[in-house]
Amino acid sequence: MGTGDYLALAAGAANTIAISLLAIAIGTPLGLGLALIRWGRLRGLDNVVGALVSLLRATPAVTLVLLLYFALPTLGLEVPRFAAGVATLALGSMAYNCEIWRAALLAFPHDQLDAARAFGMPRGLRFRLVVLPQIARAALPALVNEMTLLIKVSPAVAVIGVTEATRAAVRIGAATYNPIPPFLVALAIYVIVIGGFVATQRMLERRHRAGLFA
Amino acid sequence: MIPHGIEVLWEQRDALLAGFATTLAITVLAAVCAGLLGLLLFALLISRVRAMAQAVAWLIDLMRCVPFMLFCYLIYYGLPSFGIVIGNLTAGIVALTIYNAAYIAELLRGGFVALPREGIEAGQAFGFHGWRLLVRIILPPVLLSSIPMLGNQMVQIIKDSAFLVIIAVQELTFAANEIQATYYVPFASFVCAMLLYWVLCLAVEGGVRAVLKVAEARR
Repeated sequence: MGTGDYLALAAGAANTIAISLLAIAIGTPLGLGLALIRWGRLRGLDNVVGALVSLLRATPAVTLVLLLYFALPTLGLEVPRFAAGVATLALGSMAYNCEIWRAALLAFPHDQLDAARAFGMPRGLRFRLVVLPQIARAALPALVNEMTLLIKVSPAVAVIGVTEATRAAVRIGAATYNPIPPFLVALAIYVIVIGGFVATQRMLERRHRAGLFA
Repeated sequence: MIPHGIEVLWEQRDALLAGFATTLAITVLAAVCAGLLGLLLFALLISRVRAMAQAVAWLIDLMRCVPFMLFCYLIYYGLPSFGIVIGNLTAGIVALTIYNAAYIAELLRGGFVALPREGIEAGQAFGFHGWRLLVRIILPPVLLSSIPMLGNQMVQIIKDSAFLVIIAVQELTFAANEIQATYYVPFASFVCAMLLYWVLCLAVEGGVRAVLKVAEARR
């Protein structure tokens, strides 16, 4: 492997990180939105969301990315590869995050809401100041776990030609007839990225605990 | 547009069902093999031989950081470098087996850690040790408490099997993609594939519920 190969792998890693971060930034709040729809028991919509989440959780990322990339243009919507990749990962993570947020909401103690209501707090404020900070903390480990899963399925976007870390490694392996070294570099990239997420979660938890007992 | 797609799919139903059957066969075979290998790794993980348990723990942690697709490429393109040549279907099943065995061993360990120590100590007091302790005393409660997690892992195997399209295993997503490319009906063919995956996953969920019910009734 030459310098150019390492640069190609670095560019692939940058793509992996960019796609993953964008998908997380989109999928996490969307998941919360769906969870709130189910939590609020909005008539009719509740079941639709439940079915959608179940379907998306059963769909392999490879299938979904092919669907978005090839089928949307037939409906008159041209999507660039990169956007199709981000949308695929965001949809999958939205479905999983919905279940995570919902579990945190269901475990939320109801008396706190009653107390806030007794003080005349309006609905939006109640959610923002009382519910959200606590469920975010409760859901954090599961959310970070889901983020690492998202990074692990992110190579799926390579099937529509997005050159992320895995595809970059495959290309170098094919060009040099020696697939092992680029694969090992790609492996190291994933270990570092996923390890980074887990370390950030531990740091946030530590900081919270420190604040709590200060 | 969409009626046309459904029409094409109906004409191509044999190809689609063949892909579905392949996905089903791969998934079941890989799940059984991964389950057995996972049990073996779990046994090593909780064994008294510290160095071995540590080595297996490292291996499992490493596996949990690797994307399945990269691992699949590693098996398919990497093994020939060591003089091992296997076909794409075999490579796919081997990759699914090893990858998921690591996750299964880890989730069994989770069940083991949560297990009250008294039962195991009582078993030891009654003279159970080694394999007999594992099979008679430790495994039954660990497997029972792990049923929902094992179901989740089965769903994961189904979803991972779609990645095998990259090494040209002719499973469901491959079949849907072929039909899509030939007749240009991407919407109908991929949505149909998604629905078939959904059926598989719902069947697993139903199976888990049924097993839990039987287990509950026999307690």
